[in-house]
Amino acid sequence: MIGFYTLFYKELLRFWKVSFQTILAPILSSLLYLLVFSHVLETRVQVYPGISYTSFLIPGLVIMAVLQNTFANSSSSLIQSKISGNLVFILLSPLSYLEIFLAYIGAAVVRGLLVGLGVYGVTMLLYDVPLRLPLWALLFAIAGSMLLGALGIIAGIWSEKFDQLAAFQNFIILPLTFLSGVFYSIHSLPSGWQYLSHLNPFFYIVDGLRYGFLGTSDISPYFSLGVVISCLIVISWLTVWMLKSGYKIRH
Amino acid sequence: MVAAIEIHQLYKRYGAFSALENINLSIYPGEFFALLGPNGAGKTTLISILAGLTLATSGHAKIMGHDVVSDYVNSRRNLGVVPQELVFDPFFTVREALIIQSGYYGIRKNETWIDEILHRLDLTAKADTNMRALSGGMKRRVLVAQALVHKPPVIILDEPTAGVDVELRQALWFFINQLNREGHTIVLTTHYLEEAEALCHRVAMLKQGKIVALDSIRNLINGIQGCSIQLRLSSETLPPILQEWPGSRHEGLHIFKIKDYFQVETLLAILRSEHIQVLEMQLQQPDLEEVFIKIMGAESSDVS
Ligand SMILES: Nc1ncnc2c1ncn2[C@@H]1O[C@H](COP(=O)(O)OP(=O)(O)O)[C@@H](O)[C@H]1O
Ligand SMILES: [Mg+2]
Repeated sequence: MIGFYTLFYKELLRFWKVSFQTILAPILSSLLYLLVFSHVLETRVQVYPGISYTSFLIPGLVIMAVLQNTFANSSSSLIQSKISGNLVFILLSPLSYLEIFLAYIGAAVVRGLLVGLGVYGVTMLLYDVPLRLPLWALLFAIAGSMLLGALGIIAGIWSEKFDQLAAFQNFIILPLTFLSGVFYSIHSLPSGWQYLSHLNPFFYIVDGLRYGFLGTSDISPYFSLGVVISCLIVISWLTVWMLKSGYKIRH
Repeated sequence: MVAAIEIHQLYKRYGAFSALENINLSIYPGEFFALLGPNGAGKTTLISILAGLTLATSGHAKIMGHDVVSDYVNSRRNLGVVPQELVFDPFFTVREALIIQSGYYGIRKNETWIDEILHRLDLTAKADTNMRALSGGMKRRVLVAQALVHKPPVIILDEPTAGVDVELRQALWFFINQLNREGHTIVLTTHYLEEAEALCHRVAMLKQGKIVALDSIRNLINGIQGCSIQLRLSSETLPPILQEWPGSRHEGLHIFKIKDYFQVETLLAILRSEHIQVLEMQLQQPDLEEVFIKIMGAESSDVS
């Protein structure tokens, strides 16, 4: 228990000591998206009747920031430790693979939620943002960020160099988040793209979080939650298996 | 008595390459043991398997009776490892690094012991310095400190004095020797053979993944017959009769192997009759280095 707590705390310190880059910078970039997109599209697009485009966009931006930052946290921490060699301090210790898993995920979720709260907090100052069902929103934010935290561990373990991690991020994580309906409702897409969007697990996270904010969504939040939790279980199982087998970290 | 380290029929292969082959080794509590061998012999691989950083292809290893795979929690609690590479976490100060390392071992209040190791490793003044700002020698000492936070009975140091200046090297040896006197089992690798000879009781020599010698230093040295005599002579070229004499030549010095002291007289008599004068003379007793070179074979006398 102390072992888990220490690693969790160390991981928190790691991003907290550079919070300018790890918390403030992502909040700022979300805000830029918001200002540009809402300025251009506010008067032209209405996704749900009676809901402004800005209100539609904000939950999407919040969850996009959460997902990208949880992924960034666990993956970059692991690859930095691997490449600089200081992962050895963890590997030499009696920490179990479950403790390692939970500590990395936990710290990543905390960073993701801090960034998400930051984005939400700042947008509240500028716009009138509804938060109708906060528990639903929190549920999706936590489940979604755990999923991305686990994916970050997988990417961090699998990558041997920074550019491999960048590839993972640019060719898998980024497209999946951008094509998950952050900026639009998938109902506005041609049916082929709609079908493809349903295969994207991130879509369910975004849609579910939007349900928490607006009380309305493209599909049932229960179904979305089921999909997200199932993905979380599968990915967590894979991550734990990788850690347990020592894949790429214990030769 | 349970062995501090017990290695049984251990093999490690990387694809077709065999890094360790049938290693069997027992090291007892309180021993000061050296693992010697040229670069690439497999020393670090063996240490990594004991530490759980690397998985053996087959065979078993135990630390204080705990299997390093199936009972890794207890084997790791009993083991402190100083890695060969100079690794550090740039986010933390020396003290933070040690507190965090203690936490990984489940130890919460460790300040007294941390202060003591900082003091004994002469790191107290650097305790609140960021790891990034430390010199190589300082980082090496922090690595030693990190290996000791949980007071492990067995300590393994992989080339602890590589790239370290003479003064610090002596300080480290003194400290390691002290740990041994306090009852810790010490295993180390080094390429300073004189220092290994001065401190260690027993050595294993590894060559291409196999143990080629395993004995006390005294027995290994006694196993070498005779000694050698080093001469600087007035003539560079030797008479034919001396060219046959077993020995070698090193930077203008002639080294002749002799089986017993009586042969010194024979050698000098030949030189006199050839009118060659002796400018310098030194008698050399066999040492660990000689044993090492002999066992590793002339072609791989590169000790580093
Ligand atoms: N991960 C690895 N993959 C392939 N070969 C390796 C790996 N690690 C070590 N080796 C090889 O195993 C041999 C032993 O290496 P090592 O244990 O580091 O030797 P030493 O510490 O005695 O210098 C070397 O030939 C090295 O190239
Ligand atoms: Mg080595």
